[in-house]
Amino acid sequence: MDKIMAEPVLELSNLSKAFGALRATDGVSLDLHPGEIHALIGPNGAGKSTLIHQICGTLRQDTGTIRFAGEDIGALNTAERARRGLGRTFQVSSLAPDFSALRNVMLAVQAQEGSSFRFFKPVMRDVGLIDRSMAMLERVGLKDRARIPAAELSHGERRQLEIAIALALDSKAFLLDEPMAGMGPEGSKTLTGFLDGLRQEAPILLVEHDMDAVFALADRISVLVYGKVIATGTVDEIRRDPAVRTAYLGDHP
Amino acid sequence: MAMTRENLINIILAVLLLAAPLAANAFGQPFYVTLATRIVILALAATGLNLALGLGGLVSFGHAAFFGIGGYAAGILATHGFSGDPLLFGFSGTNQMLVIWLVAMVVAGLVGLLIGAISLRTSGVYFIMITLAFAQMVYYFAISWPAYGGEDGLSILVRNQFPGVNTMRPLGFFLICYAVLMAVLGLFVLIRGSRFGSALQAARQNEVRVATVGIAPFRIRLTAFAISAAITGLAGALFADLNRFVSPSMLSWHMSGELIVLIILGGAGRLFGPLAGATLFVIIEYVLGGLTERWQFFLGLILLGTVLFARGGLLGLFAGKAKHG
Repeated sequence: MDKIMAEPVLELSNLSKAFGALRATDGVSLDLHPGEIHALIGPNGAGKSTLIHQICGTLRQDTGTIRFAGEDIGALNTAERARRGLGRTFQVSSLAPDFSALRNVMLAVQAQEGSSFRFFKPVMRDVGLIDRSMAMLERVGLKDRARIPAAELSHGERRQLEIAIALALDSKAFLLDEPMAGMGPEGSKTLTGFLDGLRQEAPILLVEHDMDAVFALADRISVLVYGKVIATGTVDEIRRDPAVRTAYLGDHP
Repeated sequence: MAMTRENLINIILAVLLLAAPLAANAFGQPFYVTLATRIVILALAATGLNLALGLGGLVSFGHAAFFGIGGYAAGILATHGFSGDPLLFGFSGTNQMLVIWLVAMVVAGLVGLLIGAISLRTSGVYFIMITLAFAQMVYYFAISWPAYGGEDGLSILVRNQFPGVNTMRPLGFFLICYAVLMAVLGLFVLIRGSRFGSALQAARQNEVRVATVGIAPFRIRLTAFAISAAITGLAGALFADLNRFVSPSMLSWHMSGELIVLIILGGAGRLFGPLAGATLFVIIEYVLGGLTERWQFFLGLILLGTVLFARGGLLGLFAGKAKHG
């Protein structure tokens, strides 16, 4: 792969964010190239969540820039960044609980079509909208659960639904915040296989604690400790890196 | 539409509400026709609020402002129409309801847009308080504005006109109000089921989710708030014609509270929730109000019971949980 040549889809340069004396993000530079899975790992409290909040716009960085698809998005709000193709899933599933799985996806499809200011046509009779949404549910294996309210889906199913929503947004990059969290071993395996193929569609910035999944999937890994990226490299480079071993991986092989 | 239990209850309510005043009129009891008209107009005002509160989760404690603005629009236009004095910018007054409704909706909608644009930057209890504060500003403005009656209010000498209907007859006026309510309920169904309605309801359930798919919740909510204000303004114009009188009490925070109570009694977000709530409210007011001055104590008990044991209001009680598809 000619990663060096390709323009990064997402590029963080020298990003910093402090809460009082705590430097939660400390000069982070990170990029995401087409076709790759870039894993972001780090111990609890390393500042992964703060970093994600800055990328998707729920927190504003103190200094530094965020470029996405050739554009500086650092001053845009969450909705504007999403419209530019930043597809995100949450560490703790964040869905419209009263809506069925299908209607959750339909919301994403209508957002992607930029058509939320239509006041009269009933969505539940909008065959095109329903078909496009169903196709997304089918891809993540939730077609049979389409009519179940999100609140009644199992934990794993909600994670799948979040991915279906991100797919529906026709994302240019995926930002997946611990997609494996709380999944059983079987579910993790299925999801790993799914994400492996997904990188062809759009690159993935993967925040994950499940090291088996990270080592199986990542083209590159960045290690975040105390708000700083202490190393970026391939799986082998990261495994061998002495600083990473002491700071994070510990006894992990 | 599938015949769910809720639809059946809705149809029964709609038919009863039409049949009762027709019967009362046939038996020469115009008072009950007027009582039913009051139910219909309060239901219409609360239906406006239901769009913001029920669908959007926006607990506005200032909808009396829109109700009163609609009322004053009717009162002021009628006054000028009667006296022949020109109004602002060379416009003259009118006694035509259709024109009055349009003005009431546009003015209330625009004020709603303004109040919403500021209030919707807050949420939760701050939103409640800031909408209340705006409504109180309008209230005190009306009180201190002598040109249109100030504290004493403004009388409409002759009820405004509607083409082909004798509006001075209680039944004629009732039928106009009933038709307006049904039309607005139809609009509510359309909006609720539309893409806009989906985004609005999703923003109530999970604001972050809506922003994450790329829909700015603020714009959706602001639009809903303005539509909501316009509908409540329309109800205010009808209320002014019902009483042939407008006063600052239409703008008071009691009125805002009353609209919220109607929705909670009937069922927030439910199509016929405001109507069910308004029916119960007016009946309690009439029956218990005839027995004791302290009827509001009993209203309080009923409200308490609703909040504790029947969160979905009357419709939740009889039609079950709302379905969202």
